[in-house]
Amino acid sequence: MLSIKNLCVSIEGKEILNGINLEIKPGEIHAIMGPNGSGKSTLANVLAGREDYEITAGEITYMGEDLMEMAPEDRARKGIFLSFQYPVEIPGVPMVNFLKTAVNEHRKFKGEKPLTAGEFLKVMREKKALVEMDTELTNRSVNEGFSGGEKKKNEIFQMALLEPKLSILDETDSGLDIDALRTVAHGVNALRSKDNATIVVTHYQRLLDYIVPDHVHVLLKGRIVKSAGKELALELEEKGYDWIKKENGEQV
Amino acid sequence: MNAVTENNDLSLRLTEQYNTLRDSLKESGAPVLNIHRQKAFRDFVAQGIPTRKVENYKYTNLQPAFAKEFDFPVRKSANDFQLEEKFKCDVPQINTHVVTMRNGWFYAEANEAVQLPEGVILDSFENVARTRPDLVEKFYGKLADTSADAMVALNTAFAQDGYFLYVPKNVAVEQPLQIINLLQAPKDTYVTQRNLIVVEEGAEVKLILCDHTLNLQNYFFNNATEAFIGSNASLDYYTVQNQHNKAVSINSVFVHQEQDSHLTSNTVSLHGGLIRNNLRVELDGQNCEANMFGLSFLDRKQHVDNFTQIIHGQPHCESNQLYKNVLDDESTGAFSGRIHVKRDAQKTNAFQRNNNLLLTDKAQMQTKPQLIIEADDVKCSHGATIGQIDEEALFYLRSRGIEEKQARLIMMNAFSYEVVQTIKVEPLRDRINELIERRLSGDVGRCHECAYQCDC
Repeated sequence: MLSIKNLCVSIEGKEILNGINLEIKPGEIHAIMGPNGSGKSTLANVLAGREDYEITAGEITYMGEDLMEMAPEDRARKGIFLSFQYPVEIPGVPMVNFLKTAVNEHRKFKGEKPLTAGEFLKVMREKKALVEMDTELTNRSVNEGFSGGEKKKNEIFQMALLEPKLSILDETDSGLDIDALRTVAHGVNALRSKDNATIVVTHYQRLLDYIVPDHVHVLLKGRIVKSAGKELALELEEKGYDWIKKENGEQV
Repeated sequence: MNAVTENNDLSLRLTEQYNTLRDSLKESGAPVLNIHRQKAFRDFVAQGIPTRKVENYKYTNLQPAFAKEFDFPVRKSANDFQLEEKFKCDVPQINTHVVTMRNGWFYAEANEAVQLPEGVILDSFENVARTRPDLVEKFYGKLADTSADAMVALNTAFAQDGYFLYVPKNVAVEQPLQIINLLQAPKDTYVTQRNLIVVEEGAEVKLILCDHTLNLQNYFFNNATEAFIGSNASLDYYTVQNQHNKAVSINSVFVHQEQDSHLTSNTVSLHGGLIRNNLRVELDGQNCEANMFGLSFLDRKQHVDNFTQIIHGQPHCESNQLYKNVLDDESTGAFSGRIHVKRDAQKTNAFQRNNNLLLTDKAQMQTKPQLIIEADDVKCSHGATIGQIDEEALFYLRSRGIEEKQARLIMMNAFSYEVVQTIKVEPLRDRINELIERRLSGDVGRCHECAYQCDC
C-alpha cells in the first residue's frame, strides 16, 4: 500500500529525515516510536502533504502512485488521513458544513452522489456514537473551544466519516485521559479492516495496549534504527530510549 | 499641473456648475432646503474637493473622481422606466414595503399587500419638505455639518430629493422597509440624494437599503442621511452596496440618539468602484446602545473607506464597532474609527475592532483607530489586525479532501461570518450569505437580473 524509500526531508535547510525506508501492507498496524525531535511528526506530515517541508531525496509510492507530486486534498480523497497532533481551531466554519463538504468531496471523487443534508445527518449520528462525540460539539465551529481530548476525538470522528485506507495517527494519545484514550482506541479498532492500514505515531507504549501494532519502528535522528514486533514497545517502556541511542553510538 | 491648481480648477468647475444651476435649484427645490444652499456651497468652496491632505480623507482622494464631466440633473425625470422588468431586488421572503429611488429621486412603488402602520410616513423628501416643512425644519441640517465635510456641504448645496421616513411615537413597524437606490441615467451623472429619518420616542423601525447601478455610465453618488432616534426608540439600518466599478459612492449617515435608544447599523459593501462610508453617531442621552458593523469585499482596483465617529456625550452608554474587509488583487481599503468619550460620559463602554484579510501582496489596507477619552471611569478598547488566510487552517481543510480554492472560500466565509450573523432580519441574512458566496467564488454578487458587466 505504502512504500517509502530512502526518504530525506529538510525544513529551512535543516535535515529532519535522513533516509527512511518503510513498507506498509493492507491490514497492518505500524507503530512509530522515538524520542522528541526524532522526526516522527515530520514523517506524518510529509505523508499528508504539508508543504513546509522539502523532500531532498527518496520516493514515496502509495497504491502504486507517486505520492510526492499529489496535492493534500488528492491524497485525502485517495484514502490518506492524518489525525493531527494539534488540530486547528477554525472559528466561523461550522462543524457540520465542514464535515459535509469533506464527505461529499470524497463521494464526488468516487463518482457517488453527494449526500443530502438529511442523509448526512443520519451518517453523522452513526459515527458520532462510535467515538461518543457530543452533539453540542458538532454544533460548534471546527474545534472551537474544544478541550485537548475533544479535539482528538474529533479527529477520529472525522476518520470514521471519511473511511480512509491509510490512517496516520500523529500522537493521538497525547493530552488524553485514560477514558478518552480507551474511547479513541475503540474507535480506531472498530474502523480496522483487512483492506486498510494504520500508522500510529506515539511516544508512549500506553496507546499500544489498546491499538495493538503488528510492527514497531524506532525513529532516531531521522532514521529508523530498529524494527520489531509489538514486544519492542514494551521493552522501550521498560528501558527508555537510552539503550537504543547507545546502540547507535550516541552519547547519552 | 500640480495637485493644488488641479483641485482649484475642479472646484471652479463645480462652482460654475452650481452657479448655472442655482436658480433652477431654488425654483424646483423646497424652501426649507433652499435656505441652506448658499452657506453649504460656500463651505464646500472653503474646503475644496477632499484629497489626502485633508485629515479626514487621508486614505481617499476624491480628486480623480471629480475630473470626469458629469451631468447634474436638477429635475425629476418622468417615471418612464419599467422597473418590474429591469430590476428585482429579490430578497426572498421579505414581504415588505419597497420604495425605489432613481438618481436620487423618490418614486413611489407602493406594495399594496403591505400597509404602513397609521401615522408612518415614507415619502419623497422633496414632497414632505414642501407640504410639511414643520416636520423637516426642526431636523434638516442639524447633524450634517457642512463646515466639517466638503462632501456633505456639496450634498446640501444640491439637495432636492431623497426619502423621508417618519415613525411616530410608540409605533413599531414590524416588517422591515426596503429602499432601493438605483443609478440609471443616459449620461455620466453626478447624483445627489438627501434623506431624513425621524423615529420618535418608543418607536421601532428596520430599514434595508440597497445601492445599485443599472447601466455602465460613470456615476458619482453623493448620498447623505440624517437620522434622529428618540428616547427608547430603535433603528436598524442595513445597507447593501452593489455598484459597478465606474461608480463612486459617498454615503454619509449622521445619527442622533436620545436616552435608552438603540441603533444597529450594518453596511455590507459587496461591490463598487470607490466607496466612502461616513457614519457619525452621537449618543446624547443615557443608556444608549449603538452597534456599528461593516463588511467589505474588494477586488481589482476597488477602494472602500469606512470612516466612523462615535460621540459618547452622556453616561452609561455602550457602543460596539466591528468592521471587516476582504481585499483581493490591487484593491485598497481604509478604516478610521474615532471614539470620543466626553467628560460627562462616565461608565461608558466603547469597543472597536477592525479585522482585515489580504488575499494578495498588492492589496493594501490602512487602519486608524482614534480614541479621545475625557471621562475617567470608562471601558474602551480598540484593536486592528491585517493578515492573510491562516495556512494551518487551510492545510487542515485540504487534508480532509477539500480543494484549495474551496478551502479558501470557506476561510473567507468564516472571516465574514462574525459580521453577517449580526443581521437580525433572517431572510436578509440568508440572502447576504448567498451573495457573499457568489461574490467570493468570482461570480458577481448581484442580487437581481441586471446584466452589468464588471470589467469596466
